[in-house]
Amino acid sequence: MPENPVLSWHLLPISELRQDDPHLSSHTSEQLASSLAYLVEDKKDRRQPSMGALGNRTLPKREPLPSKDSLAESKITGNGILLRKYRLVKERSILTNYELFDVLFGEQSEAARFADSRVSSSTSRSDRSFHLRSNTCKSPELRDSAFVLDVPLGVISRIEKAGGALSRGDVSYVLVCKDIRNLKFAHKQDTQGRTSVFETVMRLAFPVSHNLQVFAYEYGQIYPENGWKVYDPSAEYKRMGLPNESWRMTRINEHYELCDTYPAMLLVPANVPDEDLKRVATFRAKNRIPVLSWIHPESQATVVRCSQPMVGANGKRSKDDEKYLQAIMDANAQSHKLFIFDARPSVNAVANKTKGGGFESEDTYQNAELVFLDIHNIHVMRESLRKLKEVVYPNIEESHWLSNLESTHWLEHIKLILAGALRIADKVESGKTSVVIHCSDGWDRTAQLTSLAMLMLDGHYRTVRGFQVLIEKEWLTFGHRFQMRIGHGDKNHSDADRSPVFLQFIDCVWQLTRQFPAAFEFNEFFLITILDHLYSCLFGTFLCNSEQQRIKEGLQKKTISLWSYINSHLEEFLNPLYVNYSHHVLYPIVSMRHLELWVGYYIRWNPRMRLQEPIHHCYKELLLKRAELKKKVEELQRELISRSASSSSERAASPTRSVTPVQTFV
Amino acid sequence: MHDSLRALRFSVAVCLTPVKQVIEKEFRILKIPVFGGRCSVKYIEIKIKDGEISRKEKQPDLQPGEVIFCSAYPVLKCEGPQRGVYGTLCCTNFKITFISEESLSEETAPPLSNKLLGENDIALSCVDQIYGVHDEKKKLIIGGQVRNKYPPKLLIYCKDFRVFQFGLSYAKEEEAKKIFQGIVHHSLEPKSLKCAFAFSYCEKVLYPEATVMFESKDNWKLEVNRTRSSCKIAHVNENYVVSERLPQYFAVPFAVSDEDIRKFKGQGVPLWCWSHSNGSALFKMSALPNVQDDGTAQVYRMFVDRMTNAVCQNQMYPVKIQDFSSGFLPLSDLQQSYNKFKQFFLIDNTAEFWLSDVKWFSSIENTGWLEKIRECLNKATEIVLSLEENSCVLMIEEDCSDLCCLFSSLVQVMLDPHYRTTSGFQSLIQKEWVVGGHSFLDRCNHLYQKEKESQSPLFLLFLECVWQLLQQHAPAFQFSETYLTVVSDSVHIPLFSTFLFNSQHQRDTATKLEYPDSQRHSLMIPSVWDWSLQFDWKVQALFTNPLYVEKPKQDKALRKPYRPKHQRQFSLPNSSSKPSPRKSFFKEETDNLKKMLSGMRIGKWINATEMQLSATKQFYESWQRKPLDYHGLILPCLDGPAIKIWLQRYLRWIPEAQIFGGGSVLTMKKVSDLAAEIEDLKNEMEKMAHDMHAGNTTKLFFSSFHAPTRLSSSFPFASLRTWSMRPFIPTSIVQSLGSVSNLAEKEDEDTEGVVVF
Repeated sequence: MPENPVLSWHLLPISELRQDDPHLSSHTSEQLASSLAYLVEDKKDRRQPSMGALGNRTLPKREPLPSKDSLAESKITGNGILLRKYRLVKERSILTNYELFDVLFGEQSEAARFADSRVSSSTSRSDRSFHLRSNTCKSPELRDSAFVLDVPLGVISRIEKAGGALSRGDVSYVLVCKDIRNLKFAHKQDTQGRTSVFETVMRLAFPVSHNLQVFAYEYGQIYPENGWKVYDPSAEYKRMGLPNESWRMTRINEHYELCDTYPAMLLVPANVPDEDLKRVATFRAKNRIPVLSWIHPESQATVVRCSQPMVGANGKRSKDDEKYLQAIMDANAQSHKLFIFDARPSVNAVANKTKGGGFESEDTYQNAELVFLDIHNIHVMRESLRKLKEVVYPNIEESHWLSNLESTHWLEHIKLILAGALRIADKVESGKTSVVIHCSDGWDRTAQLTSLAMLMLDGHYRTVRGFQVLIEKEWLTFGHRFQMRIGHGDKNHSDADRSPVFLQFIDCVWQLTRQFPAAFEFNEFFLITILDHLYSCLFGTFLCNSEQQRIKEGLQKKTISLWSYINSHLEEFLNPLYVNYSHHVLYPIVSMRHLELWVGYYIRWNPRMRLQEPIHHCYKELLLKRAELKKKVEELQRELISRSASSSSERAASPTRSVTPVQTFV
Repeated sequence: MHDSLRALRFSVAVCLTPVKQVIEKEFRILKIPVFGGRCSVKYIEIKIKDGEISRKEKQPDLQPGEVIFCSAYPVLKCEGPQRGVYGTLCCTNFKITFISEESLSEETAPPLSNKLLGENDIALSCVDQIYGVHDEKKKLIIGGQVRNKYPPKLLIYCKDFRVFQFGLSYAKEEEAKKIFQGIVHHSLEPKSLKCAFAFSYCEKVLYPEATVMFESKDNWKLEVNRTRSSCKIAHVNENYVVSERLPQYFAVPFAVSDEDIRKFKGQGVPLWCWSHSNGSALFKMSALPNVQDDGTAQVYRMFVDRMTNAVCQNQMYPVKIQDFSSGFLPLSDLQQSYNKFKQFFLIDNTAEFWLSDVKWFSSIENTGWLEKIRECLNKATEIVLSLEENSCVLMIEEDCSDLCCLFSSLVQVMLDPHYRTTSGFQSLIQKEWVVGGHSFLDRCNHLYQKEKESQSPLFLLFLECVWQLLQQHAPAFQFSETYLTVVSDSVHIPLFSTFLFNSQHQRDTATKLEYPDSQRHSLMIPSVWDWSLQFDWKVQALFTNPLYVEKPKQDKALRKPYRPKHQRQFSLPNSSSKPSPRKSFFKEETDNLKKMLSGMRIGKWINATEMQLSATKQFYESWQRKPLDYHGLILPCLDGPAIKIWLQRYLRWIPEAQIFGGGSVLTMKKVSDLAAEIEDLKNEMEKMAHDMHAGNTTKLFFSSFHAPTRLSSSFPFASLRTWSMRPFIPTSIVQSLGSVSNLAEKEDEDTEGVVVF
């Protein structure tokens, strides 16, 4: 069989690749086989663009995992790896049918390879892509063997070459992924092929570093819903009853002149004119002035966000800033106090003074109380996640699991963030006091805190659409720097600006859904999907750093929103247990006793940790059963009525009890 | 001091005689007996005069046969910081009880109300530790060392994890002293078996029907038939003539003769536990003692060989021996580990709660309790694997009444869906633990014996393991988490014969009446399985797991008739040897597994680390690949994150850990609501189909209990505290992180450049 001379990839049994690097050699064939095996996709949806799943969907039915013999098979029959512009796909058995892979709209195969002695096929080169055609008849059995791997190239954080370890001279690569897994591939030593395979992967995984665009710009799937329309700032403020007599909408930042990392529409105290805002801006880091994020519908207490004041080492003051905060306090008639939450540990806040930043002094800001929330910076968080990955992937050390988990401090950080949000929610709800939240720049920890507090306070954000609005509002428009924190398409994996800030937020939300299983309209899969597409670069949602950049890039026109996809497949993302008790404030218990590592996300590649059958599947089955029974009852009723009608003279209206009215949630 | 103690002991003896009824009647009218002075019972009349301090001392609810020893008023029961209620503190021969002056409203009463023990009642044997508090300093109180003084505040930790704080400083000195001494004496000092309240309780006793008690020959016969075992029922031990440790009836392999059983008083004889549908079976055996004498050793060895042969039915099945006598999971380790573990859940103030939160995970790990659970489940999986591979398993232990009970029952829960129903589970506990001769009295230390070596939470460990299985495979179990918690609590109520004795023999001798009358020969002590003694049927509905998938009715022919298999499958089979058509659930899988393993070894596919993937793990993975059948074998996942803390049991009484309007109970509520609805619809259909009005037999789960916002993670145990709806803000979390690394001091978020102003 003629092999493609240029791009020839052999998947070797990984166990034969003995790496010199001890870290790398920990990935044994066992684990790889397992992680591959874990990626079996739901076959039903093969026709659907399956990028929502990315192979990690919680399977509705327990599908048998392919047995580990698959590795043995792979030795004999060879395995296919298909590298596409958007993702890397691997098929477990013989690559027989091009159609087996669903091609995403706009996606072309960049490189393809198959080595199979039994199937005769040919490749043809068209454009810069390879297509595969197969003339052979395939047995249906093989057809059924679905994908076992489907990795968007966007999740690749770095590629490590680990060649030359074997006497046979095979070359292997480790793809270190952002979604807590590593993948390893190998191909036969083939000087020419090797270079180009490596380069192709590099080029496709890190398009930005090669002056190319990420795949989102080429993805052209049409969805019935338009996700870009989900968030309309004025509609959202209107929902909160804003503007009102105390708060006004300002267009001062319409062209991002006041602050280039803020949205165009801002809400500020009604009695502060735009001129004053400009002066306040000079006293706040990056000109991020205090603006309203949320207002309590009854008490009028507000959640206000900003960046740190530029106090500096000399303790500079700004009368305008002081007056401005006073105005925020006055806007809430219920309280004569204002709480300023500084997300940082006080040490860091003090250290910031030397760089011109700092925090509000309680002496200069009348009636304000300053609280430090002790949440650490992005570097600490990044390090924590790195440790967490070491602990959970590829192996879990059973007997020391808990102390290993503790040593990562991941859950402690989660606890601190939740504790901070809880304190804020408590002050607003129980204390009826307005709060001002900031960290240094007000786009990382501040976003975490405001959005979590709002989630606790306002049931609207616990719906699917409300949560999308929350992300759009508090994260995207207020300038959380996704591009920098994630490093889309950028090969500089050790960039100090990368940090799992958004991941932490989603983790916190998951913790809330664990504690309040009926309070959220969306399910775990919704959160996982958001995280998967945080990295995938399939949708435009998480590209760029600020609203200004997004508009400049024309993302709304050139790319698809993640919400388009999600809202078009809503059924998959709904929590069947949802009860809408929107006026209920959620106070989570932020104790380690109730915090848990999110196994469904961090350990999803470990086949043994697969959820058996999540309760909501049982629940859905029960719902179906109920519907079925209801139908039967209705049929019988009709039958009875017709029967009794025919013999109505004899029997006086037999009291067929009506079915108890039933609420439906789906 | 000594005198009064003697008096107390005497008084207990008094209660046992028929005089008791008289006392009870008298007291119920107007008298409270208080013990003091020399060997006498004093009656103190309570004068209820209009003018006197409104001494509205309320009477505690007493069980028939219960008498009050002493009481004090007013006592302050502290509930949370800066809050308390005044009332009377009493100590009876059954419980310590606090009668609040404030009447409890329906709203605040816990949903799971126990008929025997109210919210403020502590059964005497449920007391775990008592502390005296002087000026915020806790001092452990040790029974027998109590002086004439009494602490101003009393802290009682219970075995069911409730924590009570009683302020004694408001009561009269005399009363306070008496109540303190009374409580310490009755709950922290050794006593005799007859002091257990079960012997004073006089109420008609019914035996629950659904539970098979395994006390009769017929029960055993049915069980042997149900599992299609070839074992026979031995009745040589009728009236315990052979051994006091053995039950009167039990099953043994066919080849074991009555003579064999008599030979070493039942030691060295394999006792049948359960048979697999593939013909293999599980046995337990009490080990013959180790002897120095060669001659005796030889005799023993020959005997054991013969017995082993009887187990494998003359080589028809291979036998795997699990010897627990060699120090696997030492009982004292278990106790130690549990002692450390439970301390993390006995919390009496908020500061302590947050302090222990700091190094929570490593603290829990250091107790080793979860690791013990994992070890147990692992061992049980190992035994299941052997049985699945058609080998008989013989467990050997000194007395075959500790780990044998644990593993035998655990294995059966995993393999046999019958034991995952409520009645089946209760029968299993009867079979393996109660009749099987687990020394509940010693292991639970009900009598507060000084020598605590024999104490060990084995039964609790069993429940813990079942809970792990339940939370991993909820639809496979008919009973709920709440049920398991209630069972674990009931162990400490000294009223049920189930958990009170070391053996059936002890029970039968202890309950034999000295003067049998024409009607009764022995004292009837209730069984715990008569749940109506403790709970209303409404409350009992909480024991049902709404997720349980009932077995679809299908052909009876599913279980194939017993046909012995002659082919031995001990070593790794060749790929050519076809597996026999009669497969156990996972025969095929395990064969594949072996094939793969052998293939791996030959093909050098595997490196050293992979080989360490234990057999049980591989077994689990191969099982996991099969479609899940809730009415077949279930296996536990043993990986780190999968073994969890039984939060309901351990956190239910800690207010700081109570999630208002949250917790997994909400899920359960939703599911059970739906299940109830489906049940309704079915009834409706039934009615219409038959065109009649049948009685409404709706199964009630906990549907209509509360609105979701009124539920909490402590449901159905602790009630919602109305006095504090504000969240608990964690304290002392900062020091946990300390300075994580120099990263913490690194420049904050802005790495682009210095801000210029």
